[in-house]
Amino acid sequence: MAEFVYLYRGGRRADSAAEGEKVMQRWVAWMEDLGKKGHLKDRGQPLEHEGKVVKGPQKTVTDGPYAEKDLVGGFTLVEARDISQAAELSKGCPIFEAGGFVEVRPIMQM
Amino acid sequence: MVSALTRIFGLDNLALAEDVVQDAFCRALEIWKLRGMPDNPSAWLMKTAKNRAIDVLRRERNARAILPELRPALESEWTLVPTVNQFFAADAIKDDQLRMMFSCCDQRLAEQAQVALILHLLCGFTVGEIASAFLTGHAAVEKRFSRAKKVLASSKRLFDLADRDFAKRLSAVQRALYLLFNEGYHSASAESVVRVELCREAMRLGRILAEHPLTSTPATEALCALMWLHAARLPARLDAAGYLKSFFDQDRSKWDANLVSQGEQFLERSARGGDLTEYHVEAAIAWVHATAHRAEDTDWAKIVKLYDTLMSVRPSPVVALNRAIAVAQSEGPKRGLEEMGKIADRERLARYPFYSAALGELELRSGRNEIARAHFREALALARNPIERRYLEQRAAACENRSLHAELTG
Repeated sequence: MAEFVYLYRGGRRADSAAEGEKVMQRWVAWMEDLGKKGHLKDRGQPLEHEGKVVKGPQKTVTDGPYAEKDLVGGFTLVEARDISQAAELSKGCPIFEAGGFVEVRPIMQM
Repeated sequence: MVSALTRIFGLDNLALAEDVVQDAFCRALEIWKLRGMPDNPSAWLMKTAKNRAIDVLRRERNARAILPELRPALESEWTLVPTVNQFFAADAIKDDQLRMMFSCCDQRLAEQAQVALILHLLCGFTVGEIASAFLTGHAAVEKRFSRAKKVLASSKRLFDLADRDFAKRLSAVQRALYLLFNEGYHSASAESVVRVELCREAMRLGRILAEHPLTSTPATEALCALMWLHAARLPARLDAAGYLKSFFDQDRSKWDANLVSQGEQFLERSARGGDLTEYHVEAAIAWVHATAHRAEDTDWAKIVKLYDTLMSVRPSPVVALNRAIAVAQSEGPKRGLEEMGKIADRERLARYPFYSAALGELELRSGRNEIARAHFREALALARNPIERRYLEQRAAACENRSLHAELTG
C-alpha cells in the first residue's frame, strides 16, 4: 500500500444553510466509505479560502490567495495500492457535484 | 445531555461532560437574564451544550478526552460537527440515556446508589435535591457519588446493549426505576413537589425502556403498567391543603383516566409470554383498584389472591402487611389482625409507621378505640414528614371522637 494526498480544489460554497448541511452529510458519507474500504489514513482538514501569502526573497506578506483559481479547499490522506487505484477511488468525492476537482498526489518517499 | 456527551468523552470523563452541561446552563441563564426566555428553552440549552462540546473537542483534539474510536471523526473538521450533531439527534439521545441507565445499574453499586446516580446523571437532580429526596446529608451523597463515579469510570464506555450481561442489567435497571418511582410515591421526603417529580422521571425513563425493541420485555411493560396505574391516583392522594388522604376517602373522579387507560395498554402487552414478575402482580393489583369506581366496589378477594401470588414471587414484610390489610377488607378486621400477627420478620416493620397505623385502623374498626389510639400514637412517633404526621394525628383524633360518640350514644 502506498500513501496519497487528495487535494480538493475549486468548487463553489453552499448557498444556504440547508444546502451546506446536505453537502456536509455527503462528505461524512464519503469519508465513512473510504474508511470502511480501508483506504482512509487521515481525514485531514478543510481549509478557509482567506489567508496570507508569504512570498519572495523579502518574504512579503500579502492577503491571499484570492486571485488564484481552483484554490485548495482541503486535504485528506489515503492509502491505495497504486496511483491509479487512488485516482479511481477519488471519483466518489462530493466535490465533483460542486464543480471542483481532486488532485491526487503520491507522498514522496525520501 | 450528559449521556450524549459521555458517549463522546467516555465514562472516565464524566466530570468533563458534566462541566460542559453545567457551563451551558450558566450561559443560558446569563443570556436569558438579558434577553428573556427563548420560546424553546430546552432546544436552546441543547444547542448551547452542543456548541460547548464542539469547543472542548477542538481544544482537546489529540488529548485524552475523546473515546479512541471516535477520535478520527472528531479530529477532522470534515466530520467534527456532523458527528457531534449525530450524537445530539433526538433518537441518539434516547439511546444514550438508555445505555447510561444500564451503566448506572452496575452490580458493584448498591441499589440506592444506582437510583441516586440515575437521578443525578439522567434527571439532572443536584446533590442537594438528592440528599433531600433520600433524607440524607449532602456530604453522604457526595461521598457516594465519588465512589460510584470511580466504578463507572472503570468501564470507560457506556454499557452496550449487546453485552452478555444484558439480561441481568436489564432487571437491575427495572428495579432501579421501580425504586425511583416508589421513592416518589411513598417517599419520606417532605416536599410533595419533589415526590411527583421523582415519579414523573421514573415514568419518562420507563417509557424509553418500553420503546426500545431490546428492552421492551414483558417485565418492562408490567413495570410501566404499574407506574402508570399508580400515577393515575397521584392527583387524589393529597387534599387541597396538601394533606395525605386515606385511600378510602380519595375522590376517585380526580384519578387520571388517561393514565389508567395507558396503564391498561401496558398491562395487556405485558401479558405476552409466560413471564410473571412482581411487576405483573403489582400492576394487576393497581389495576383492580383503578377500575373500581367506588372504594366499596373493590374486589378485595381478588386482591388477596394477587397478594398471595406476590408473596410467592417476592415475599417481604411490607407485602405481607398489605396482604393482611386486603384480608381485613375482604373478611373483616378480626381476620386482618390475625394475618398481621402471622407476618414473618415483623420486626423489620418496626420503623415503618404504616404497620402501627394499620393495627390502629383495624382495632378502631373492631371498636377498641383506646388500643387503636395507642397504635396511632406509636405510628405518629415514627412519622417521617409533616404530611404523614398530620395524617396520623387526624386518625388518632378520630379514635377519641368515636369513643366520645360511643359514650354519648351508649
